[in-house]
Amino acid sequence: MSLVEVKGLTKKFGKYKALDNVHMEINEGEIYGFIGPNGAGKSTTIRILLGMLKATSGEVKIFGNDAWEDAVEIHKYLAYVPGEANLWPNLTGGEVIDIFLKMRGNGSKNKRDELIERFNLDPTKKCRAYSKGNRQKIALISAFASDAQLYILDEPTSGLDPLMERTFQECVLEVKNEGKSVLLSSHILSEVEKLCDTISIIREGKVIETGTLNEMRHLTRTNLHVQTKQPLPSIQHMKGVHHVDNHSDGVSIQIDSEELGTIIKFISDFGILKLESTPPTLEDLFLRHYENSNSVASTGGRGI
Amino acid sequence: MNVQMLKGTSQLIKIISRQHRFQIIAWLMGIVFVSLAVASSYQSVYQNESDKQGFALTMQNPAMVAMLGPGYEADEYLLTIGTQFAHEMLLFTLLAIAIMNILLVGSSTRTDEETGRTEVLRSLPIGRLSYLAASIIVVGCVNLIIALITGIGLHLLNIEGNTLESSILYGAILGLGGFVFAAITSLFAQITDSSRGTKGLAFGTLVIAYFIRAVGDVVDEKISFFSPLGWLLRTDVFINNYWWPIVISSIFSIVLIIITFYLNSIRDLNSGFLPTRKGRTNASSMIKSILGLVYHLQRIKIIAWGIGIFALGAAFGAVMGDMEKYFSDNEFVQMMLAQMGDFSITDQFISMLMGIMSLISVIPVIMTILKLKSEENHYRTEHFYSRAISRNRVLGSFTVLAIIESIIYLMLLALGLWLAANTMMENPISFATIMQSALVYLPAMFFMIGVTVFLVGFAPKFTSVIWLYFAFCYVAVYVGGLLNFPEWIMYLSAFELIPKVPGEEVDIQSLFLLLVLFIVFLFIGFKGYNKRDIAG
Ligand SMILES: Nc1ncnc2c1ncn2[C@@H]1O[C@H](COP(=O)(O)OP(=O)(O)OP(=O)(O)O)[C@@H](O)[C@H]1O
Ligand SMILES: [Mg+2]
Repeated sequence: MSLVEVKGLTKKFGKYKALDNVHMEINEGEIYGFIGPNGAGKSTTIRILLGMLKATSGEVKIFGNDAWEDAVEIHKYLAYVPGEANLWPNLTGGEVIDIFLKMRGNGSKNKRDELIERFNLDPTKKCRAYSKGNRQKIALISAFASDAQLYILDEPTSGLDPLMERTFQECVLEVKNEGKSVLLSSHILSEVEKLCDTISIIREGKVIETGTLNEMRHLTRTNLHVQTKQPLPSIQHMKGVHHVDNHSDGVSIQIDSEELGTIIKFISDFGILKLESTPPTLEDLFLRHYENSNSVASTGGRGI
Repeated sequence: MNVQMLKGTSQLIKIISRQHRFQIIAWLMGIVFVSLAVASSYQSVYQNESDKQGFALTMQNPAMVAMLGPGYEADEYLLTIGTQFAHEMLLFTLLAIAIMNILLVGSSTRTDEETGRTEVLRSLPIGRLSYLAASIIVVGCVNLIIALITGIGLHLLNIEGNTLESSILYGAILGLGGFVFAAITSLFAQITDSSRGTKGLAFGTLVIAYFIRAVGDVVDEKISFFSPLGWLLRTDVFINNYWWPIVISSIFSIVLIIITFYLNSIRDLNSGFLPTRKGRTNASSMIKSILGLVYHLQRIKIIAWGIGIFALGAAFGAVMGDMEKYFSDNEFVQMMLAQMGDFSITDQFISMLMGIMSLISVIPVIMTILKLKSEENHYRTEHFYSRAISRNRVLGSFTVLAIIESIIYLMLLALGLWLAANTMMENPISFATIMQSALVYLPAMFFMIGVTVFLVGFAPKFTSVIWLYFAFCYVAVYVGGLLNFPEWIMYLSAFELIPKVPGEEVDIQSLFLLLVLFIVFLFIGFKGYNKRDIAG
């Protein structure tokens, strides 16, 4: 069953179209990654999901209810972590967490204390005195201490140290194991790669790619590093080959994943000494999209 | 002082004045315009000897002295009408210019530091003291411009018996009075660690300065010298033109500014000198409710204004004993009173006082509603709306708090006035009369709440319009009569629709009209708030 269903979502700020016909579907027990360059429209989408911004057109449903009309009802089962936790400077971290839990109405005191421990937070400090990472922890603790069905996280780990980043990832996986869903918007691609089942890339208000990481990889290029007995002839012209780099210890080639078989067959005739293949990282994927947006012509290859 | 520490000041001056240009222009035009308009209106009204004598009598009564300052010898009101103008306008214009300085300095020092702007600028090749220096220079220039335009303008109006020196002196009092409060605010900006704390302490000082002066002017002049407002009112402008208060104010501000620069140079960015304490691990059950939280966030402001309003009420109440005696000893007044029938001077004074005090009391009430907008600007309302809290509940909590506040302030005002008046007067006024004369302003306060909610809900970009409207109401109450505002303009002010109790009949119709408008504005405001985008 899909918890979140977005169809044809468009949002205009005056004349400026921040979101253009966005589709999105998040299923139960799924971690959904949401990535895209700065200003692409991630936070805007999330604010619409939260019922804080009103969609110009399109359908936005969470738990089968309308995100704008039934916001209060939906939020009883939804937890949100903003990218920048702006807190009341004169309240302590502990007070803020309590207030947040009360507002949702179903937090657990034990969970709260356990998370404060795990995230190593001093709850007696006034919010103005916390560092950025520590403020972020307050938002995370109050989200994970509440009993929600859907977690919406907008760059939740900005400012966290690597140790806390790991604790955060544990928390996300625990939540997933309980069968809950997560929407994770992030610029830390290794985090998205590690956690997310489905990934959606948004650029200039349009979703340009959605799928599992594997599906996306299939559509992109693989990096090969080969060393052969006889020198390779020029393979530049072959179908699906991009970017050939000659090194002293062999050749690096980028190949469209679809043509991998044909090309390996061709190379194997030259006596392979060494063959290393690295699948494209999410970063490769992302950079390709991003570069495309800057200069469509420059890559020369097949756009994804 | 090391010159390096002031590097980049001139660029910062441009940035700061650009950032605040609308605010600066609005204040500047408001103050100059009202001053000059009132001054020229005196000129156009022909007054004979006995008019002037009557004026002197009213103005010299202790209640008026407490409210507006010591004024002049009776015969000095006959020499030039500049004296009338100065007695009626100087102190309240000083208050306005002090408020302008507190707001400007507060936001160009602590607020900028709090929001991280100062940090970004300090990372550039810019001296450590440059930001402070630039903001002081900017407000200094604004004060100077106000002083010059007012001074020269007064001279050009060519009021009888008014010399160039006295006009310039009048301007200088305003400019330096403003600058004294700029210096005080910049000092507090070093000591506290938040812009709220800075502005709060500065406004507190202003109220206390007014208070000390009021007590001093009525009881013993020596006390007044402990207040900057007290010494600034002692130039005898338009008569003797003493310049020593100007000299003292200059020295006082320069000393404060030197201390400010010293503290600024030794403190860390984003910190103050008042210690921060360890807080609670768990939230009390009070702040876990929305209304409780909304109150908690503003409780210091609410309590401070409550105390201030009560104290002002008590101060004026205390003066009423003196006023009673003053009038019963005075034959001329006795005669006038006999002509007016049972419409007594104390009644008149009470209703005038309530008119002004209810306007002052509406300031914190408006601020309570606007706090919601400021929470949104600081991306803190998303904490409500990403959780199971409806918009009606949040806006409703702010509105309810503002309504409760308005009732409490008016009651505190009446209570303070009655307690003090009761102990000082021979024929005390009944508690019910005083309470009624205060509470009759509730519909006007509610109306202001309604308009503010309307703006926050329906026109969030224009919330500051409420302050323009407030300024209009203030001018209407204070000098509307002098400036001969036509009736329909006067009645645009909600506070003018309120019957002057005691004295006038209670006019149920206009009170009812205000309540209906209040509900209409409230309704549209809530509707708009539920329909609009929330920025954060
Ligand atoms: N209230 C607003 N008025 C006008 N434009 C806005 C408003 N809010 C957002 N935008 C614009 O909409 C676009 C999308 O912004 P959004 O905050 O959704 O980006 P994002 O993908 O979250 O970026 P980032 O990765 O930097 O957080 C931006 O170009 C932004 O300037
Ligand atoms: Mg964002």
